[in-house]
Amino acid sequence: MIKSLKARNHELSSVNQQLEWLAGPPFSTGDLPSFKQKLSDIGIPQLIPSTLDILQMNIGYMCNQTCRHCHVDAGPDRKEMMTRETMRQCLDFAVNNNIQTLDITGGAPEMNPDFYWLIEQASEAGISEIIVRSNLTILRSNKKYFDTPLFFKKHGLRIVSSLPFYKADKTDKQRGKGVFNHSIEALKALNEVGYGKEDHLKLDLVFNPSGAFLPAEQISLEKEFKKELKETYDISFHQLLSITNLPVSRFLEFLIDSENFDEYMDTLVESFNPSTLLGLMCKNTLSVRWDGMLYDCDFNQMLDMKIQGKNQQISTISIQELTSRHIKTHQHCYGCTAGAGSSCQGVII
Amino acid sequence: MNQSTYYDPADLKKFGKISEFEPKLAEKFFDWYNEVFKEGALTAREKALIALAVSHAIQCPYCIDAYTKGSMSHGVSNEEMMEAVHVSAAIRGGASLVHGVQMMNKAKKLSM
Repeated sequence: MIKSLKARNHELSSVNQQLEWLAGPPFSTGDLPSFKQKLSDIGIPQLIPSTLDILQMNIGYMCNQTCRHCHVDAGPDRKEMMTRETMRQCLDFAVNNNIQTLDITGGAPEMNPDFYWLIEQASEAGISEIIVRSNLTILRSNKKYFDTPLFFKKHGLRIVSSLPFYKADKTDKQRGKGVFNHSIEALKALNEVGYGKEDHLKLDLVFNPSGAFLPAEQISLEKEFKKELKETYDISFHQLLSITNLPVSRFLEFLIDSENFDEYMDTLVESFNPSTLLGLMCKNTLSVRWDGMLYDCDFNQMLDMKIQGKNQQISTISIQELTSRHIKTHQHCYGCTAGAGSSCQGVII
Repeated sequence: MNQSTYYDPADLKKFGKISEFEPKLAEKFFDWYNEVFKEGALTAREKALIALAVSHAIQCPYCIDAYTKGSMSHGVSNEEMMEAVHVSAAIRGGASLVHGVQMMNKAKKLSM
């Protein structure tokens, strides 16, 4: 298993180094326009938020996997964890501002010892949709997680899980040896309790390309995934969400090491699609870090680009401050505007 | 213009600019091209793989770059891509060899 950038003391574990890459050539040389320039060329000086629908809580960077494309640089060595106090602040904010959806992510959110408490509290508070981004393998990694699918079911959670491919080779190459087989076991366990089969027990899979290229059309990939997983493993799921890899953290490391950075950025810029702008996730989602700091999205969180304004904490922020802010952007934003667009909910258009 | 090779990878993304000299025909071509690759009786994945095989048969470096990437974005494996290249090569090789029959016919006719 590879180690996190942080554990390797890699230069890209410094946010400033990552930002330098994003600001450097081919953008600094003028070969490609910056994201801000691109927006300004089509008459959009700033991105502004719309209604806040989703509070995305990153409850910790600890993970049992260290996937090669991970933008969080998550791994077993990461100790950052959200406390109950911060979770409570998030829930209070969500309830007070009538937020419809909580999107709980990590790392592996299940590894936060207060994960189960958070779900019970959120459920009790009447949040209408609770999404958990589960990496699947965690559900089979230790006996203590074996009953988690039943816990998910009890609270009617929507489960969103990464499965880069329906065959072992591509999945294991991206996510680590043995990940595919454990993921299949976990999917079977979820299917057994009704996930992916019953309408109210939503099980969605996430597809990330396993390299420096954009995903194909979501609908055609979904058809392939459904056919192959059903025929070979008798596994069902609802939707496939195809997500473009953004040049952040370990995927950025891969792009640089494989000398694909320039060409990948060129592909993203060439595929810029203005009609994705209205549906960008930063417009209706707010991302909270484990310590309560606020970001326009999970990618900005990993680049430590905090929301605009003096007040950047979930414990004190008001909805008025949030709706009057501008969204912070950088060259990685091209990843969300390429082709059919990309968000944590899959394609945009 | 400083061009040291006949093929420049950067020219691939300029493909659309062929409309500069003749816009009407280019528009018709690109509309048709985009329609061809849409999901139909064949899946978009199958079409990408066919395009990759044909790219090798016609030995177009731009097409090989484009449809290797295109196939990979559909999750096509390395083995599948190489098998497609062999299919292409087999047809090309076979196309030469089948003319051997013509050669034999002619040779037999000419021989006493």
